[in-house]
Amino acid sequence: MMSAHADFSRADTGGTLSFTGDLSLARIGDLPARLAAVSDDVKTLDLSQIDRIDTVGAWVIHRFARDHGATVEGLGEDAQYLFDQVAAAEQPVALRDPPQDPFQRVVGEVGDAVVQAGHTLYGLLGFLGATIIAFANVALHPRRFRFNATVHRFEVVGVSALGIIGLMSFLIGIVIAQQGAVQLRQFGAEIFTINLVGRITLRELGVLMTAIMVAGRSGSAFAAQIGTMKLTEEIDAMRTIGVSPIEALVLPRTISVVLMMPLLGFYSSLVGIIGGCLLCWVALDIPPITFVQKIREVVPLTDLWVGLIKAPVFGAIIAIAGCYQGMLVENDAEQVGHRTTTAVVQAIFLVIVVDAFFAVFFEQIGWL
Amino acid sequence: MALNRAPRSEEPVIRVRGLRNTFGEAVIHDDLDLDVRPGEILGVVGGSGTGKSVLMRSIIGLQPPAAGSIEVFGENTIGREETEAVDIRKRWGILFQGGALFSTLTVSENVQVPLKEFYPGLDEQLLQEIAGYKVVMSGLAPDAGPKYPAELSGGMKKRAGLARALALDPELLFLDEPTAGLDPIGAAAFDELTASLQKTLGLTVFLITHDLDTLYAICDRVAVLADQRVIAVGTIPELLALDHPWIQEYFNGPRGRNAVKAADPPRMPGRTRKRGS
Repeated sequence: MMSAHADFSRADTGGTLSFTGDLSLARIGDLPARLAAVSDDVKTLDLSQIDRIDTVGAWVIHRFARDHGATVEGLGEDAQYLFDQVAAAEQPVALRDPPQDPFQRVVGEVGDAVVQAGHTLYGLLGFLGATIIAFANVALHPRRFRFNATVHRFEVVGVSALGIIGLMSFLIGIVIAQQGAVQLRQFGAEIFTINLVGRITLRELGVLMTAIMVAGRSGSAFAAQIGTMKLTEEIDAMRTIGVSPIEALVLPRTISVVLMMPLLGFYSSLVGIIGGCLLCWVALDIPPITFVQKIREVVPLTDLWVGLIKAPVFGAIIAIAGCYQGMLVENDAEQVGHRTTTAVVQAIFLVIVVDAFFAVFFEQIGWL
Repeated sequence: MALNRAPRSEEPVIRVRGLRNTFGEAVIHDDLDLDVRPGEILGVVGGSGTGKSVLMRSIIGLQPPAAGSIEVFGENTIGREETEAVDIRKRWGILFQGGALFSTLTVSENVQVPLKEFYPGLDEQLLQEIAGYKVVMSGLAPDAGPKYPAELSGGMKKRAGLARALALDPELLFLDEPTAGLDPIGAAAFDELTASLQKTLGLTVFLITHDLDTLYAICDRVAVLADQRVIAVGTIPELLALDHPWIQEYFNGPRGRNAVKAADPPRMPGRTRKRGS
């Protein structure tokens, strides 16, 4: 059953508009526009001939009656009730808050971002402190140490990452050797490709690439896990039964990453060197035995130490950034995603900043 | 008078026949039949895990059943794409348990989404006014309009969800536990609101609830889900006359008795609502 479109007509005698048809959202058509075109004096709106009315129809009539000071007549009991409800609901409701002046907004956002960055750094340092205190507490009361949780993290953070980190390092070793060989060949110095591969993977790339991969794999997972636990009030529940979330959640994760990073970093360097060795063999005709001999000559042991010293620091940064961002989640599932992204970005950024400091430091102490 | 009263033909608005739903090995519904009559508020009750929400999701076409037929307004809803069955989609409104508001839009914009989708010709001014009075009619303060869902409390989210469900002035309204998580005053106000909207708009309401007060206050009939089927449909006095252990426990348990006392006398079938006017 399709009812008639909403319509209205005007008696010749003037002040009354008579409405007919179905005054509902689906059938209202251009009635609002045509009503808006009625400019002269209207005293009464007669609705006794309509088939049906819904809130949209009632609103359109109410709006017209209000603007023209007209009265509405002829509604049945139920329809009158509906009409009154709609009329009573008239209040100014904004769609969204008015937009700010663009200049003000940009300045405001820049200011906010700066303040926010300061707060984050401050919060991160505070969180690092809390973790260190928790570590000290656990060291004093070793029975509170969550051995199983920590060992479980070894597997998740370390062992499970071996495949992807190995593949990545192998490929990077090949790329460095290949690019180095192309450049060095111009001076007839292909043999220095070995120096390049050996030193750069042990000093810088092995640990740095591992840190980036661990930040993406584990830092993000920490933020998402702890954030979700925050959301489901698990963390609050822990606190109320006397379990410190820092000891139970943050410490095992941090310890496991700090311990796994040097191992993963060393492994990554080694696989990178193997990749470089393979390329030297294939492209430069340097047999592996020569490659290994040469590596032992040109790569000082300090290069290994440089990598191994940096790795746990990077690990601590990644774990703390991930856990800290997770703890900041509040109210809203959307925040979990947002915080996870922030955790990874923050971890990688801080790792690279700290790496720059390390580079200067090791140069100053003569570990060239 | 006939105005706004749903046509008195006894053709059911929702007709479910032989519905079977399974999740892997678990059978949720088996050979489930249900009719929802035009213009009634049908309460759907059942223990946790009896598949009340699954039934609703089946009816609105979100959960493809293993077997059976479902008709809404005489049209099949099973296996329809989002862009199909537009005529039905214009005539129903759905309030999900958590409100299911679009998180990137403000409350007012949420209300406008179905309007814009189905009636792209409406002018901006009218759209805004419609969103405005819907927000107020749903019992929200006017300043809730420009807020984002994340800024709302649970109760406000439900009201905003209701405003969106009512955006198209639907004939059929699905409410999934509308009063769960609300304080008793808020829950009573929500009941009042549902009844008042049902009266003003001549709605048919499919209402899933655990709330005995809601059942007594506003439901015309109650459908009981147990043993993978609808074991009984009727007014509360009719259900009380049945000898099913779950029904007896549900209505005659301590909470059930309190709700009866509070709602004295219970609603009778066909009684005209006179509330809020």
